[in-house]
Amino acid sequence: MRRFANTHPVWTALIALVVVILLWLIFAIWPPGLVDVIGRKKVFLAALFNGITLGGLYFLVASGFTLIFGLMRNVNLAHGTLYLLGGYIGFHTADITGYWLLAFPVAFVVVGFCGVLLQVLVFRRMEGQDLRQTLVTIGISIVMADLMLWGFGGDFFNISPPSWLSGPVETFLVTTVKRSGDLVYMKYPMVRIVIFIAAVVVGVAMWLALNRTRIGMMIRAGVDDRDMLQATGARIQIVFVGVFAFGAGLAGIAGVVGGTFQSVAPGEDIRFLLASLVVVIVGGMGSIPGAALGALLIGLAEQFGSVYFPTYAVVLTFLIMVVVLAFRPQGLMGSEG
Amino acid sequence: MKKTLLGTLSVAALMSAGATAAQAEAVKIGVLATLEGTYTALGEDGVRGMRTALAQIGDTVGGREIELIIQSTDASPDSALRGARKLVEQDGVDIILGPLSGSEGIAIRDYSKTQPGVTFINGISGAMETTFVTPSENFFRFNTDGAQWSVGLGDYAFNEKGYETVATVGEDYSFIYTQVFGFTTEFCAAGGEVTERLWVPLGTKDFGSIIAALPDDVDAIYLGLGGGDAVNFLNQYQQAGGDANLIGGSIMVDGTVLSSEGSAKDALIGVPSAGPQADTWDDPKWQSYVKAYQDTFPPDQRFPSPSLLATGYYNATTAMAQCMDNVNGDLSDGHAAFRDCLSTLELDAPNGKITLDENRQAIGANFVSEVIELDDGTLATQMVKKVDDVNQTLGIDKAAFTAIGLPGRDTPECKSSY
Repeated sequence: MRRFANTHPVWTALIALVVVILLWLIFAIWPPGLVDVIGRKKVFLAALFNGITLGGLYFLVASGFTLIFGLMRNVNLAHGTLYLLGGYIGFHTADITGYWLLAFPVAFVVVGFCGVLLQVLVFRRMEGQDLRQTLVTIGISIVMADLMLWGFGGDFFNISPPSWLSGPVETFLVTTVKRSGDLVYMKYPMVRIVIFIAAVVVGVAMWLALNRTRIGMMIRAGVDDRDMLQATGARIQIVFVGVFAFGAGLAGIAGVVGGTFQSVAPGEDIRFLLASLVVVIVGGMGSIPGAALGALLIGLAEQFGSVYFPTYAVVLTFLIMVVVLAFRPQGLMGSEG
Repeated sequence: MKKTLLGTLSVAALMSAGATAAQAEAVKIGVLATLEGTYTALGEDGVRGMRTALAQIGDTVGGREIELIIQSTDASPDSALRGARKLVEQDGVDIILGPLSGSEGIAIRDYSKTQPGVTFINGISGAMETTFVTPSENFFRFNTDGAQWSVGLGDYAFNEKGYETVATVGEDYSFIYTQVFGFTTEFCAAGGEVTERLWVPLGTKDFGSIIAALPDDVDAIYLGLGGGDAVNFLNQYQQAGGDANLIGGSIMVDGTVLSSEGSAKDALIGVPSAGPQADTWDDPKWQSYVKAYQDTFPPDQRFPSPSLLATGYYNATTAMAQCMDNVNGDLSDGHAAFRDCLSTLELDAPNGKITLDENRQAIGANFVSEVIELDDGTLATQMVKKVDDVNQTLGIDKAAFTAIGLPGRDTPECKSSY
């Protein structure tokens, strides 16, 4: 952090300024002039928080994608399919057993197992052949999408969260002051807060696992130089299978999360594949902090876009991608080379 | 001698068999319905409506067997166009029933002009432009459009409910524009004001920010959403603790949403709305139609009562069948007799009498309703007012109506008279 500040003083000052303005926008009671220019504070805060929670969901999907890519150089274009499969499995688990929480481990295990199958049956057979892997995984995603349409139907499924998670909570943030002088506090959906916290916990746990454990060390070594790691005697195929299963399982969990605060339906696989592609391109292929930053940026762009300039909201996401590719092709957090 | 006789006999038998085969050649009917995407539940019920009609007809029309080809679309104009192309150019259908969604209807209207040999009978798509602007000779619509479905609602919201200011939220495409058009013209003419119109893309998943952007200084919020979008919106609206007064668009308070899983739909109880039907209408013809629908499908494969989508496809199918019977299945001469029959048909539909105007657009009854909870816990719409003979210009003089402009994001303006 200090090194960054020393080498890039201008950037540091800019970032600090943005943070200060953001904090002021969040905590201050907005003067009427500001409200006239950019609308009510409630709208701004909701877009901000929704962007962050949506970013949390994108992070869950994209982190598995980026981990698999970083270690194995596999572009798994069936990642969206794993997400959707997780959503369906989660819905039926919660529906049959009545326990929302049970949907998460079941989706993780089942989808993780599918990931193992993918790695053993598909990727191991065509190691190092990027084009073939890409085409085969596109094929798998199309076939699976039709199979799921056949098996689960074209309907929308909403995974209902338990009653203690539904409804809003009152936060301590003031949105406006009534004429009588009473402060109006912001209400925010409980389920979104919980989901965001869960995403942060998963992210931190992943970071710790990668940076503080022996397995993490092996994975990082594999990302940097796979051949050398293999030469030291590490059983790299087992590491590959483990990472693939974990990445796929995360996508499955993300499916349950997405099904809870949005919905599960055909077509979501493509949407989330595209989202995670954009996220990892912006954040940097193979970098977990990059996936977090990219997910946050894309989530915020989508939500602010949908409120402040709805017509061009879709463009904004891709505009960010274009700018990043133009000025920093390896991604914001990606390593060069 | 005997042999010759036998030969002649068998030749005659063959010829007559050939003749009957030619006469009984199946009529190919293509069906377009949204069986994918946001409007899946709507498309499925549309197909159920069609099957209800076919079950009553007995699977032959005008003495000819029916060969059905169902083609799925996803509510986008290009998917409908692709589907129609496949039906016409690959399968060679004679008649197309469909499509379901507004912008699909406009695309199919344009396509129908390039295929004069095929007769198109609209499923339930309800954009105004489809028949109001450059109508097509071989495109028939036996359902009233989105603006006609709003008739009675603006007046009811202002005078009975006492709402003076309303903001609208709707999906950003032609059918919802048409619905908001109908609501706005009547509501503003009654004295109300539409303060803000928010539009979201069809298939929006995350309504969090839109819900926060809803103004809280209006008397009510008009919701023009349908299918998965409506369910998603209601879920997130409930999670955000929303408690404004609501007014429903026609497909917002339809069976497709009222029968969805979860408790979010309870926010709709008591919500006023308008559309081409009211679920609990006590008219005997309506009741017998509801019974036919219920008898055709087991309870777990249908809604408690038919949605307006089912009714639309049901009416289109019965109109087709009546005219096919009328011309004895004769589709020669470019369907001339068949189309003539369709244009002049007075359809005795379960939701009131339907006739076509010079653009082949339906004139029919409209129902203002409120959502109630039935004894068995399901939700349904209950009629509070019925308006008969609603035409496409909503009773406004045609020149004045054209001057309002076509439905759009900001059209019509909110004025006290048009």
